[in-house]
Amino acid sequence: MLRVKNINTYYGQVHALKNISLHLNEGEIVTLIGANGAGKTTILNSLSGITPPRDGEILFEGRPVAGLSPDCIVDMGISQVPEGRQVFKDFSVEDNLELGAYLRYRKREKKSVIRKDIEDVFELFPQLSGRRNQMAGTLSGGEQQMLAIGRALMARPKVLLLDEPSMGLAPLVVQEIFRVITDLRDQRSTAVLLVEQNARAALKIADRGYVLETGKVMLEENAYDLLENKDVQRAYLGRDKKEIWER
Amino acid sequence: MLKGNKNLVTYGMLSGIVMLAPLFFAGGYLLNVLVFVGINTLLAVALNLLLGFAGQISLGHAAFFGLGAYISGVSTATYGVNPWAAMLLAAVAVGLVAFAIGFPILKLKGHYLAMATLGFGIIVYIVFNETVDLTGGPSGLSGIPSFTVADFSFDSDMKNYYLIWGITLVAIVLSANLVNSRIGRALRSIHSSEVAARVMGVNVRLLKVQIFTLSAVLSSIAGSLYAHTMTFISPTSFGFNFSVELLTMVVIGGLGSILGPLLGAGLLTLLPEFLRTFQDYDIIVYGLLLVLMTMYLPGGLASGFTAMCARIRSRFSREVVKNAQG
Repeated sequence: MLRVKNINTYYGQVHALKNISLHLNEGEIVTLIGANGAGKTTILNSLSGITPPRDGEILFEGRPVAGLSPDCIVDMGISQVPEGRQVFKDFSVEDNLELGAYLRYRKREKKSVIRKDIEDVFELFPQLSGRRNQMAGTLSGGEQQMLAIGRALMARPKVLLLDEPSMGLAPLVVQEIFRVITDLRDQRSTAVLLVEQNARAALKIADRGYVLETGKVMLEENAYDLLENKDVQRAYLGRDKKEIWER
Repeated sequence: MLKGNKNLVTYGMLSGIVMLAPLFFAGGYLLNVLVFVGINTLLAVALNLLLGFAGQISLGHAAFFGLGAYISGVSTATYGVNPWAAMLLAAVAVGLVAFAIGFPILKLKGHYLAMATLGFGIIVYIVFNETVDLTGGPSGLSGIPSFTVADFSFDSDMKNYYLIWGITLVAIVLSANLVNSRIGRALRSIHSSEVAARVMGVNVRLLKVQIFTLSAVLSSIAGSLYAHTMTFISPTSFGFNFSVELLTMVVIGGLGSILGPLLGAGLLTLLPEFLRTFQDYDIIVYGLLLVLMTMYLPGGLASGFTAMCARIRSRFSREVVKNAQG
């Protein structure tokens, strides 16, 4: 449903993505793993139009995406949860969600339909529901991450781009968020492109994974195979694999 | 709903105060000052839309004010255009200018945006000074006609007071409505996080240019009102100093508050009048007051005002409870 063919993205002179190709099927969680600076976030930003690729092709449901502005891309059904959450801190929780439906309001969609989606987000994250009128800046890190995901869902995306949802969060909260991500796939068949530092947790819920190094795709496999792959274990899953890295 | 009612009461009270104020100063010098408070409030409302809500600085707003004044002044005094038509002409022209320069300028952020708008302000100021044939140059442009409706002429401070404050109040209500709408939410989101706003589908670049244009058009209207009230304009009123003064009004009043511009413009316009008693030292007292206010009221006068109201209200309700018990 989403197909990326040979894209190259630059930051000024810096060649950040080198001939990246990947694809994402309907109702599938695909994770991108790799070290800092490998280009994971840049791939998401290229898809959402924040840093459009200089060449190459991005097709979403057969339609070209590369070169469109972020608002058109959101309108087509691709929503991004930006790195570091970036909730609107001096907005209430509800106002954050309302802003997620910005384009739907512009298209004069019925208010009651949007209200219902807001309630759906609160159902997905019951923790937020009690804080709906609180300023988003006063939420905990985990709640802010939930809000950021909820806000992105308000656009009713077919593809959700998630940038490091586990960043700086307690393991229990990470579990909760990952549970919701799998629910999104299983119940709404939303496709998810998940960028993670926490490679083990990401591979456990993902269907497939891509391993990135310095702007290139090094490996593409089933999540299970990646978890078992010796090189991947050594480079990204090290912690419990003493027998490998102490050899 | 409740919020709407509360706002209605606030606006009602505000309009009441504005309508009644001249009765106390009829024909006096203070009435003339209050006319200026009205114009400055309109300008501060305009700048607050841009700076307070969208978070984009402008150090060149005096230029839009000046362009409005000069287009109105020249077209009426030299070419005999009707003042109302001139005001409309100026607003459209200034809107087009702002829209055109908005796209390149608003790509910049922070200090660079401040520099670019500053540069624009200086260029416009120089044009006012140097195009002597058109604007009269440094010696100014005189003989600008007052507004008229049929045989009724807005030729006294009292009449202009009501005209200007009427328009200013409308601008305040419009800005409040805009800010509480979907667009207003998007504007404030730009202020909060531009990247997040973009991935929510907000067309950040266009929205910034649109609010910049709206802000410029309101400033231009203020300029036209100024020209037709004063009937004389000269470039010194539209220089860099005035841009900074406007900025100070918005910040002192309270960034991103609806009534902040009114309070800020009121204070900074009235204060120098009252500080006259300090004669040569007025500028020191003025500076001192600004420093103290930024130290103790960092959220601006509006936030201080709300906090004060809350305190009075809680004290009052406590009194009521005490009385009821005793």
